[in-house]
Amino acid sequence: MRRVVVTGLGLVTPVGADVETAWKNIIASKSGAATITRFDATDFQSNYACEVKAPDHEWGFDANKRVDHKIQRQVDPFIVYGIDAAGQALEDAGLTDMSEEERFRAGCSIGSGIGGLPGIESESLVLAAKGPKRVSPHFVHGRLINLISGQVSIKYGLMGPNHAVVTACSTGAHSIGDAARMIAMDDADVMLAGGAESTVCPIGIAGFGQARALSTGFRDDPTRASRPWDKDRDGFVMGEGAGVLVLEEYERAKARGAKIYAEVLGYGLSGDAYHVTAPHPEGSGAFRSMEMAVRKSGLALSDIDYINAHGTSTPLGDELELGAVRRLFGDALEGVSMSSTKSAIGHLLGGAGAVESIFCILAMRDGIVPPTLNLDNPSDNCVGVDLVPHVAKERKVKAVLNNSFGFGGTNASLVMRAI
Amino acid sequence: MSDTAERVKKIVVEHLGVEPAKVTENAVFIDDLGADSLDIVELVMAFEEEFGVEIPDDAAEKITTVKDAITYIDEHTA
Repeated sequence: MRRVVVTGLGLVTPVGADVETAWKNIIASKSGAATITRFDATDFQSNYACEVKAPDHEWGFDANKRVDHKIQRQVDPFIVYGIDAAGQALEDAGLTDMSEEERFRAGCSIGSGIGGLPGIESESLVLAAKGPKRVSPHFVHGRLINLISGQVSIKYGLMGPNHAVVTACSTGAHSIGDAARMIAMDDADVMLAGGAESTVCPIGIAGFGQARALSTGFRDDPTRASRPWDKDRDGFVMGEGAGVLVLEEYERAKARGAKIYAEVLGYGLSGDAYHVTAPHPEGSGAFRSMEMAVRKSGLALSDIDYINAHGTSTPLGDELELGAVRRLFGDALEGVSMSSTKSAIGHLLGGAGAVESIFCILAMRDGIVPPTLNLDNPSDNCVGVDLVPHVAKERKVKAVLNNSFGFGGTNASLVMRAI
Repeated sequence: MSDTAERVKKIVVEHLGVEPAKVTENAVFIDDLGADSLDIVELVMAFEEEFGVEIPDDAAEKITTVKDAITYIDEHTA
């Protein structure tokens, strides 16, 4: 099998719209949570989220940098974030000027958990108020999940595999794993892989609120709301944004002298076969997903230095993931740091696995693991586990494990190693 | 430039994201302003909303330049 490495990164997050700004803020324990600005959410189950900030904000996102004005008008924000993050990653990898021959072997695997919910909502209202002849002709292709991959392939002329994963909150991790396999199996030499999401809209907040998934108790200070493993956690805080990585076949990357961030070594997938929203009560799916990723990586459990947990700040999920990690790692857990960056940026749903994989890579690059914010009173099960409370921690990080679990009982884990 | 022309031009600039100077009366939507067929559907919808006119599909198909749009709207509004 061909080896697969990471040679480019791109991020749009609630704490920064480029890799270095977002990472600097993550390490500085900044939170992207605030009262929702997109609409008046006063009467909703939750009125806060981690929104990508407006261009005039210190960490703001300027869509005009990489996305044509016309496309911005036609597509949902998740596609705009995805195009921008993909552009950042290609620029970072130095691959914006590939030959036609190279572009035949370069593809996209950028998915989303939900897709264009804000646009589906707003155009439904247009339909109800004004009738079918007022619905945008760009409605369908401006909302479809595979249209990040579609738009990016058109913009950069990438004619290899064009794929888009849809596995709820596991999307980003599955996208990377699937794309890595495409390179390993010789379907492509270069893949843009990742995920994006933007569902901070009335129907999104109402829907997740009704599913009893959102944090609701921190209206006074939303920055305290996302608190994985803390006793006072009460649900996830919705985030938005995108993460895209350039994956490349190792020999090719080496031959062109590319900057190589990491090697994608192991990919694990499993299904809970239990319940649509609740995780398996013994964390069986999470366990098997992690076990497969570590086994396939060829590393020993004791080689893993850092786990970026799924850790959404929900009462059930955090405990079950921790339990599964404990059972898998056993004594090897002693040398592991585990944190949840969702404490800072909220839950990016289909974007989460990709954004968090990028944080894992940066942890290896800089020898520092990001903190779990708001972990004031860890739950009783946390004893003896380094969950990196409040502040980032400098330490050796040579190999990482990233977990993502989604509605439907879908689990994905990735193991990467510095190279 | 007439009031209709000004308003048409504004809609075209907003929808297609083109430089205002490029939106001359003789500009062809597809060839000169980078529109595709769906962009024209969207422009026609915007004209209908802005001017309170109905532009049937067979008439819309004949609107290929900025001037075509202005003429149609002037002929079909009081």
